[in-house]
Amino acid sequence: MSESRGRRVEKGTGDVKAGDVSDVKEWGKKIARMIREEVEGEDEIRIMHLCGTHEDTITRYGIRSLLPENVKLLSGPGCPVCITPDSDLQMVFHLLENRDVILTTFGDMARVPYMGKTLFSFRGERDVRIVYSIFDALEIAKKEGKDVVHFGIGFETTMPSTALAVLDDVENFYVFSSHRYFIPAMDYLLSLGEARIDAFINPGHVSTIVGVKAYEEITEKYRVPQVIAGFEPNDVLLAVLMLVKAVKKLRAGEETELLMNEYTRAVTYEGNVRAQKVMDEVFGRDDWEWRGLGLVPSSGAPISEKYSEHDAFKVFEDVFEDFTPEEDPRKRACRCGEVLRGLVTPRDCPLFMKSCTPRDPVGPCMVSFEGTCSIWAKYGEYSF
Amino acid sequence: MCLAVPGRVVEVEYPFAVVDFKGARRKVRIDLLDDVKEGDYVLVHVGFAIQKVEKSEAEEIENFLEQLAFKA
Repeated sequence: MSESRGRRVEKGTGDVKAGDVSDVKEWGKKIARMIREEVEGEDEIRIMHLCGTHEDTITRYGIRSLLPENVKLLSGPGCPVCITPDSDLQMVFHLLENRDVILTTFGDMARVPYMGKTLFSFRGERDVRIVYSIFDALEIAKKEGKDVVHFGIGFETTMPSTALAVLDDVENFYVFSSHRYFIPAMDYLLSLGEARIDAFINPGHVSTIVGVKAYEEITEKYRVPQVIAGFEPNDVLLAVLMLVKAVKKLRAGEETELLMNEYTRAVTYEGNVRAQKVMDEVFGRDDWEWRGLGLVPSSGAPISEKYSEHDAFKVFEDVFEDFTPEEDPRKRACRCGEVLRGLVTPRDCPLFMKSCTPRDPVGPCMVSFEGTCSIWAKYGEYSF
Repeated sequence: MCLAVPGRVVEVEYPFAVVDFKGARRKVRIDLLDDVKEGDYVLVHVGFAIQKVEKSEAEEIENFLEQLAFKA
């Protein structure tokens, strides 16, 4: 195990050699020490990660506490359930109230409250089923013959599976696409400038699909350092080390590599080209709203015209004719949106661990196991 | 949501394969990948194999996920 750690460190920084430390913990300490040395006297460096699983690693292993004061790790909009706006959920509720369909979705989404209700709470009066994979939803459609609507959420990691399901062309199977492209959100956050992001830790498994190449547009446009990182504590620490080095060089006006891949064991330059093709075939692009971010240009993934017979928006068009989005007053004090933009931490929210807990969540950041609030609650990051 | 779990392909019946996740077997779709064979290690996300990985790398990821699951 230490050998491969060493290999990766060598690849990442060029000045830590393989095999000189045998223990994983020692590696972690060594990388943390190198980060501290690197940033001594440096102005604050703000690094945003974009994945709930990264937040889990960071919080579980107390990585923030290993870093010096002037290196800040922010969590970004890396939780698909969290960034799905209430209006999407409200539309699905509306569909369920007006049509007798079987609705399938992933577990976390079914627990997000809107106006005091969740998809779970529809069970009993409506047929709502939790699936592990969209393929299970397809099987239900084939076996039961009734109309099945899959509430599809997720970034590019999940979108190819939805695309394949659509391409299977099962007559009574429809997708309510709430899928969103991830990179437009990075672009949008940088264009807002409010979180003062100096560098990004990019998500490992989104990158498995889109490849390193997909981030080149961000590099070209903003010259912000990015590292695609794996999910172990040393992956994250190593990514931080690579990023602080790059930020320092940039600030000094020196040449530096801006787009780096630490997760070489799963991510290639091209990514999964076949998955990209099926995604392009089935989905279009549109300006869609994200919770916390508002309207993000080119971030929405509607089912394209060619496959509209499987698009729940189109097929059940008449249901949505009288639809008006309404704000849920229960969420007025919820700061999930600002948590997703990296502006505040869960601790800054007046509801956190008071009226909003994992057992009785108010906002989706506390519902999803990838939500920052839920992760901080789980590991007790609230005793201060 | 975006987590992918590594497993070993034990039987291929295109576009499906039975994948062994440390003893637990599940049918997954493999048509997002080229040329998946028995014995290959794949990363699986929501029932779809999204990437082939080396055995050693699969084991590393597996060990880490185990820590996440059991040592909370």
